[in-house]
Amino acid sequence: MKFKGKTWKFGADVDTDAIIPARYLNTSDPKELAKHCMEDSTNPDFMKKMQPGDIIVAEKNFGCGSSREHAPISIKAAGVSCVVAKSFARIFYRNCFNMGLPIFESVEAVEGIKEGDQIEVDADAGVIRNLTSGKEFKVAAVPPFMQELIAAGGLMAYTKKKAGL
Amino acid sequence: MPMTITEKILAAHCGKKEVAPGELINAKLDLVLANDITAPIAIKEYRATGAKKVFNNERIALIPDHFAPNKDIASAEQCNMLRQFSRENDLSLYFEVGRMGVEHALLPEQGLVVPGDVVIGADSHTCTYGGLGAFSTGVGSTDVAAAMITGEAWFKVPETMKFVYKGKAGKWIGGKDIILRTIGDIGVDGALYRAMEFTGEAIKKLSMAGRLTICNMAIEAGGKNGIIEPDEITEKYVAKRARRKYKFYKSDKKANYVEVREYDLTGMEPQVACPHLPENVKPVSALGSINVDQSVIGSCTNGRIEDIREAAKVIKGHKVHPYVRMIVIPATQAVYKQSIKEGLVDIFIDAGAAFSTPTCGPCLGGHMGILAAGEKAITTTNRNFVGRMGSPKSEVYLSNPAIAAASAILGRIGTPEELK
Repeated sequence: MKFKGKTWKFGADVDTDAIIPARYLNTSDPKELAKHCMEDSTNPDFMKKMQPGDIIVAEKNFGCGSSREHAPISIKAAGVSCVVAKSFARIFYRNCFNMGLPIFESVEAVEGIKEGDQIEVDADAGVIRNLTSGKEFKVAAVPPFMQELIAAGGLMAYTKKKAGL
Repeated sequence: MPMTITEKILAAHCGKKEVAPGELINAKLDLVLANDITAPIAIKEYRATGAKKVFNNERIALIPDHFAPNKDIASAEQCNMLRQFSRENDLSLYFEVGRMGVEHALLPEQGLVVPGDVVIGADSHTCTYGGLGAFSTGVGSTDVAAAMITGEAWFKVPETMKFVYKGKAGKWIGGKDIILRTIGDIGVDGALYRAMEFTGEAIKKLSMAGRLTICNMAIEAGGKNGIIEPDEITEKYVAKRARRKYKFYKSDKKANYVEVREYDLTGMEPQVACPHLPENVKPVSALGSINVDQSVIGSCTNGRIEDIREAAKVIKGHKVHPYVRMIVIPATQAVYKQSIKEGLVDIFIDAGAAFSTPTCGPCLGGHMGILAAGEKAITTTNRNFVGRMGSPKSEVYLSNPAIAAASAILGRIGTPEELK
């Protein structure tokens, strides 16, 4: 799996209210949620400026706060190909693997990427290449069970198989 | 191998004698929970699998509390999904408007979560039940969808951080101040992926309401769960309400903790979390003069009868400041009824405050008290992120009920001592 795109940078502790404000949670329609992705963040015009395939790069604890799966759903439906952060909040991390938004942890990559840089995330090789600066960074390994979940096609596909449905 | 209370509960629910931090387990669940925001996605996912039966129709709680009573047509549709799904599957734990309450206040109060349980909920504040000595944690909707089929969930056994509180807490100091001080100390990811075990002489003296408040906000430090060893206070609380058998687990004396932190509560002031993160905590005297437009008492954090009483005690005989809107929201119908019985509702109404039916409402900027641009609120809720209570240009300060009530009278953030 490889993801190539332009980066948008965000700071530390981006919370799920910033990713998708609660005032839009009266629906779970991905397209509706995508319209308001990152609306209360430091980049409220994110949806006007981003292109499908772009990559979000953030500091520590991305996705903290509520358990709303609407947050990774809005990011995915917005067309963001993946998220790279120094660390992810626990429920957000779990949600991403369950619903299929690719996320990657790398402190060095976040420090070595500027907003607007073109990067390539090579999930199989476990590296992130900054195509603008030519630098390469390591990605934290995905835990084996998470790899199993991804290979099965997410938690529901995994559960269906297990339950014989 | 010595184990912590969290490790013991998890081991017992995956059929093992012992578990260790980092170990991946599949645990049996005692209860699965979702609300009107998170259940619709779980229901869609559940239906897409073609599953014909839930794992147990008495162990799935669906509670419309966030945007209920329905705030608009779209919310009405979401609540209706819960209602229809509950009828189709004959779920015994669906709570209709008029019977419902804020989920994390309602379930312990009704004895539907008990000590020793493993509970997941598609709501981050599911960690509240640690106050009873249960393992409970927030997950997403997809986890709930899978759990409704299997009755199980996967967990990585967390490392445990131990927080020891000693000293004598002063007047107006409660669970909220203890947890705010802790979050202010370790930060919003200070306990990321970890269990937070709260202990010490000050916790042993704390009421169940205060314990539930502390564990409720473990997520605000990034914690997987918050937990307090059950004792006589727990026994007294659960004995009369538990609907199932319960079990008290205790940490072994030699259990392993990744970190131990100690706090002395002697002389500690009430704590306030300033915008826009729960870690921006200051003692109330360090805030200076901050005018407020709204004061909210309520939520899964501080909407229990003890909280309403505390606010009423401060408000009694006073008037809400002319420039302030005070909104009091009991977390459950039982809290509402008790407030009437004790004359607390009269106290608030006589002071010029609004008294509402239970709902999460303004806590997450849903309804029942949304802020305009430039407005400030002092509130007993749990989060003060940008836009949390309304306009992204508004500000939210978090405190205990006494401070929120005193501030409503003063028109600025202050303490009951400042009232004439």
